Amino acid sequence: MTTEQYAHPEVLVETEWLAQHLHDPNLRIVESDEDPLLYDTGHIPGAVKVDWFTTLQDPVRRDFINQQQFEALCSSLGIANDTTVIFYGDKNNWFACYAFWLFEYYGHEHLRILNGGRQKWLQEARPITREVPVYPPTDYRAKPPKRDIRAFREDVFRHIETGGALVDVRSPQEYTGELLHMPNYPQEGAMRGGHIQGAVNIPWAMAINPEDGTFKLPQALRDLYQGKGITPDREVIAYCRIGERSSHTWFVLKYLLGYPQVRNYDGSWTEWGNLVGAPIEKGAGPS
Amino acid sequence: MLPQRLAEIVEDFRLCQGREKLELLLQYAESLPTLPDHLKEHLNEMEAVPECMTPVSVMAEWQENGAIFHFAVPAESPTVRGYAAIIAEGLRGATPEEILNLPSDFYIAMGLQDVVTSQRLNGMAAIVAHVKRLALVRLEQMNKPS
Repeated sequence: MTTEQYAHPEVLVETEWLAQHLHDPNLRIVESDEDPLLYDTGHIPGAVKVDWFTTLQDPVRRDFINQQQFEALCSSLGIANDTTVIFYGDKNNWFACYAFWLFEYYGHEHLRILNGGRQKWLQEARPITREVPVYPPTDYRAKPPKRDIRAFREDVFRHIETGGALVDVRSPQEYTGELLHMPNYPQEGAMRGGHIQGAVNIPWAMAINPEDGTFKLPQALRDLYQGKGITPDREVIAYCRIGERSSHTWFVLKYLLGYPQVRNYDGSWTEWGNLVGAPIEKGAGPS
Repeated sequence: MLPQRLAEIVEDFRLCQGREKLELLLQYAESLPTLPDHLKEHLNEMEAVPECMTPVSVMAEWQENGAIFHFAVPAESPTVRGYAAIIAEGLRGATPEEILNLPSDFYIAMGLQDVVTSQRLNGMAAIVAHVKRLALVRLEQMNKPS
C-alpha cells in the first residue's frame, strides 16, 4: 500500500532521519516550546533554544523582533543563510510552527519541522542532553518581511468583505464566546468572547495524531478542512488568540495540503476581540 | 506578611537577573519531591487545580506544626513543577491562617514576569488560590464543634 504524499513532503523530517543526521554541519536543530524551562531539562543533542516570548518578541513594541534583531538572532545561533533549520518542540510542535512561520516571514529558505516533535523523540527513547551548544556566529542577512503570509487587521476587514475563508483554530468554547481563553487556562485577554464574523471553527490539534504527535495523513487533513468549506481555491486566514496555535494550522494548510494562499493573523482574538468596530459573532457557527 | 521561608525564596528570585531567574526556577522544578508512598496509590483522590493548563494535583496534610503540601506535576511541565516546589517549600509548616493571609500577588516581587509570559504566571496564581481553598476547608474543620 502506498501512502499519499503531502503537498510539500520535504518540509517534514522524521525522527529516524534526524537521528542519523545529528552532526550534519549544514543543519541547525532548534527547540521552541511553550514551557520556557523544558529545553533546559534535556534536548536533542546539538539543538539550540528559542523562546517565543523572550527571544522572538520585541520587549517593547507589540510585535515580533524586527529584521535586524532577527539577523542578530540567527547569527548568535550559528544559522547561516544556507543552513537547513529543523524545528521541534512540545505541545505537538505548536511553537515549532510559530518559529518556522517567523523564519519564513524573514525569508529563510531551508525550513523543516520534526514530525512528532519532542513527544515522539522521547517516546522512541532517543538521546537527549543538557549540554548547551555554542556555534560560531554567522553573518546572517534576512530578507524584508514576507507580507503574504501575515495578515494584519486591515487585511482581515478586507478579507471579510471579499468573502475569504477564515479559520478559527481555538477551542470550541472560545469560538462560541463561552470562554475568553482555552479551557483550563485563566480567562483573560479580550473584552468580548466570540469569533470573527464568518470564521469556522477547526481546533488546531485536530490535525495531529494524539498518540505520537505526528501530523495526520493528507486525506484525513483534507477531509477535516474541506468538510468545513476551507478549500484550496479560497484565500485563507487562520487565527487563534495570539497567533501561535494558528501558525500550526497555517503550516498544515500551506505545506502539508499545498493551499496557495494562506495567511496567519497574529493579532488574533486578543486584538480583534478588543478592536472598536470589528464585526464579531457569538455561538456555534458562522452566520 | 509572608511565612519566613517563602519570604526568603521571593527575595532569592528578586535578586536574580534574567536567565538566573529561570535557572533558579529549574532548580526548584527538579527539587519537587516525588509523592510519598502513602499518596501514590491515592493519586486520583488528590485534588486537581482546575485553572492550571498543566494537570496539577495537590494534597494537604495538616500536622501539629502546620501544612505539608504534596504535588503531582508532569515532568514535561518544568515551569509548573517549579511553582509547585516553591509553594511546597515556602509554605511548609504554615498555619491555615498564614496561608489565607498570603497576598495573592506575592510572587510579582519575584520578577518572573520578565522571563515568562503573564499567561504562564497565572499558573502560579491558580496554585496559590487552590492552597488557600484547602486552608479554608481546614479552618472550617478545625472550628466545627465536635
